[in-house]
Amino acid sequence: MRNPLKPLVEKFGLPRVIIVSFFLFLIAAAGMFHMNLMQLLSDCLRRWGMYGILALAMVPAVQCGIGLNFGISMGIVGGLLGGLIVIQFRVAEMPSLVAVHPLFAMWVAVLLAIVIGVVLATGIGYLYGLLLNRVKGSEMTVTTYVGFSIIAFMNMMWMLLPFTDGELIWPNAGKGLRNTISLAASFSNVMNKTLAFTVAGVTVPTGLLLFFFLMCFLVWLFMRSKTGMAMGAAGANPMFATAAGINVNKMRIIGTVLSTVLAAVGILVYAQGFGFIQLYNGPMMMGFTSVAAVLIGGASPKKARITHVLIGTFLFQGIMALGLPVANQFIPESNLSEVARLIISNGIIIYALSQVKGGSGRE
Amino acid sequence: MNKKSKINMWDFLFQNKVVLMFLVLCIGATIASKQPLTFVIPELFTRIARNSFIVLSLIIPVIAGMGLNFGIVIGAMAAQVAIFFTTYWGLTGFGGFAATVALSTPIAVFFGFLVGKLFNYMKGNEMIGGLVLGYFAEGLYQLLFLFIFGGVIKLNNSDLMIVTGVGVKNTIDLKDTVKYALDTVPMLTIVEVGFYLILIGLVCSTAFKMVKKQEVDVKATVIKAAAAVVVYGLTFIKPVERFLSADRLLLLSAVELGCLVTVLWQAFLFVRWKAQSRRADEDSVSEPFNTQKAIAYVVLAAVVYGLTYVPALYNVLIAVRLPVMTYLCIGALCGFNNILMKTRLGQNMRTVGQSRTVANAAGINVDKTRVIAMIFSTVLASWGQLIFLQNVGTLSTYGAHTQVGQFAIAALLVGGASVQNATNKQALLGIVLFHTLFIVSPLAGKELFGDPAIGEYFRVFVSYGVIAMSLAMHAWKKAAKPKIESDGDGNAEAA
Repeated sequence: MRNPLKPLVEKFGLPRVIIVSFFLFLIAAAGMFHMNLMQLLSDCLRRWGMYGILALAMVPAVQCGIGLNFGISMGIVGGLLGGLIVIQFRVAEMPSLVAVHPLFAMWVAVLLAIVIGVVLATGIGYLYGLLLNRVKGSEMTVTTYVGFSIIAFMNMMWMLLPFTDGELIWPNAGKGLRNTISLAASFSNVMNKTLAFTVAGVTVPTGLLLFFFLMCFLVWLFMRSKTGMAMGAAGANPMFATAAGINVNKMRIIGTVLSTVLAAVGILVYAQGFGFIQLYNGPMMMGFTSVAAVLIGGASPKKARITHVLIGTFLFQGIMALGLPVANQFIPESNLSEVARLIISNGIIIYALSQVKGGSGRE
Repeated sequence: MNKKSKINMWDFLFQNKVVLMFLVLCIGATIASKQPLTFVIPELFTRIARNSFIVLSLIIPVIAGMGLNFGIVIGAMAAQVAIFFTTYWGLTGFGGFAATVALSTPIAVFFGFLVGKLFNYMKGNEMIGGLVLGYFAEGLYQLLFLFIFGGVIKLNNSDLMIVTGVGVKNTIDLKDTVKYALDTVPMLTIVEVGFYLILIGLVCSTAFKMVKKQEVDVKATVIKAAAAVVVYGLTFIKPVERFLSADRLLLLSAVELGCLVTVLWQAFLFVRWKAQSRRADEDSVSEPFNTQKAIAYVVLAAVVYGLTYVPALYNVLIAVRLPVMTYLCIGALCGFNNILMKTRLGQNMRTVGQSRTVANAAGINVDKTRVIAMIFSTVLASWGQLIFLQNVGTLSTYGAHTQVGQFAIAALLVGGASVQNATNKQALLGIVLFHTLFIVSPLAGKELFGDPAIGEYFRVFVSYGVIAMSLAMHAWKKAAKPKIESDGDGNAEAA
């Protein structure tokens, strides 16, 4: 025990220690450059809520035994479709709803989008679960490419789907939906603005965080329900679960559907916070970002908890929020923070994969 | 036994189903695109020359059981680092290209070693690991090109560096340096160099045998040398010399030469068989001359030659000009892949690919074999990327490598390869099909939907979709196969 850091490293894993140190370093650097720390912290909170639910989608996936779900794009496209339908019908601008309160109309719009997204994601997730039950042991490889494929497939669909609203399609008789669709007229920042308050320069997006925590709570509650317990058992030890009379395949489908549904909700929460819906290749790497976030929080391909989501998303998004302005102080107008994102998010995934050692012991 | 053959037949049908599906898709898209073959075929041959090498570099890891090597992106990065430096040093022409190859090789060996070491920590997850590793390396690559070049290592070259002096420009023009360096090596030079190499080879092997006090087959050596001299001598005939002094070969000439060589080869086999059957008392076991096969070949050659007189085909054939040296390199790699599998190392790779447990029991160093396979693949991928870049003529610093792995793997799979099985033939067939689709799909999209973007999205979807499908089928088979059977196979191998 010569090195006092050693137990710490062993407990949290080397990458996490590095990432926490890096985060602290960024805070120190931001302080040194006399940046507006309070504003940066507001940014951290905003990003935390925005990305949180997408990372939360990993929890049921890992717990039910399919591992890190790189294919959350399956759910994301469901959510995006929900958002597009709501914009198409201009729900947020319906006079009867706006008459109550403009914010109310926006809430109706975003919740309706979420409901449509959830319905679509349930269907997609069920089919996806059926596929994953047939590829046991290689889920991660398959999910990644199935996720990429659905994005590429939807790229064609975005060109062909019969949306007509001017907000959605290219102007000047162009073909297909726009790359980025502004939500200013529908539900942009609806959660962020609700009950938001500013304390000592820190803006707290109360509505957003409450929604995020509500989702976490619901997942937490589900994991403690009878089905949730059975699902956890099926994921942790399929043989044992089968012996105990649990239908492992069914549990895996439930977990996959739940993960896909959360992804659909997550992308809408992300979109409202961002103010735009990104189509085409925009959501391609969302799976990687979410996986990296839970892994930073301490999850592994076999174990993920809600605390991992909370800690991991905050750290990862905190680094992203602080990284850009700090990097710009070192080298102006550079995309150093983008490079850092690539290295950190993919580095942590590689680390996690290299810890698995032979996967399910099929050697 | 019966069950097994059924499974094999299903496999066979399935693999051909993929190829057939793409064949239909290619033909359909070509017709839909309303493009003449005189446009599609030359374009296709350009793309074959560009992309074959890197696709062929995927075969070794598949055989070694490491699946589709998404890590070839890292080999491509090694190539780009090397080409950046040689461009910076101002090396040009074929010499510059050779220097780039020489520089990229050690970098790629080092990277391949690291990747192989890492893959040993994630056995069974190599493919997802390789993919993520590619993105990770992308981060490091950008760090190198955006900040370290110019920031840490001072480089003064306004053509290459951004105005601020830190970071490399988005595109680097290779027009005045190594563009077409390999493609434009004249055939005459190739023949000459080949002649000297053969002579040196013969002298060396003879000397080696004499030193080792082995029997020297004087007659065979002299015949080989004489043949080489005759071929070299032919190049001094004026028309032949004029024909060979070109750097590109007309596809028409290539087809004619191919027919001629086929006929000559069959004639040679026939003569050799006659000569051997006269000395039948010698117990040299010569393969019997297959008359039917020979006639089939000769007839085929004649038919192909006859077809070149069809005007439509003739127009296509004179429109394509093959870069000879590049195609020779591709052929050499095919040969290398085959020869490697006949060596002890190749056999070890195959054993490791079939079962690591068995390989370990047989005394093969599994981890080391896997690392070697990765080194081979990474180095070959870096050469492949260099061939690609010298043909394209511009280096898109931050984009040239990003899609390399995905497109190469998709091409391999379209040819009927799978995660566990890949051959040269599948790779080449896959390149032809995949790139035909690549050429015509935007045009077909424009004709069918009024927008080329749909075709572009379609080809991207195809490349992702074919990979996803192949991975899923592989995993499906692996999960469906009872564990006992794989153990049984393993024991049979060991015995």
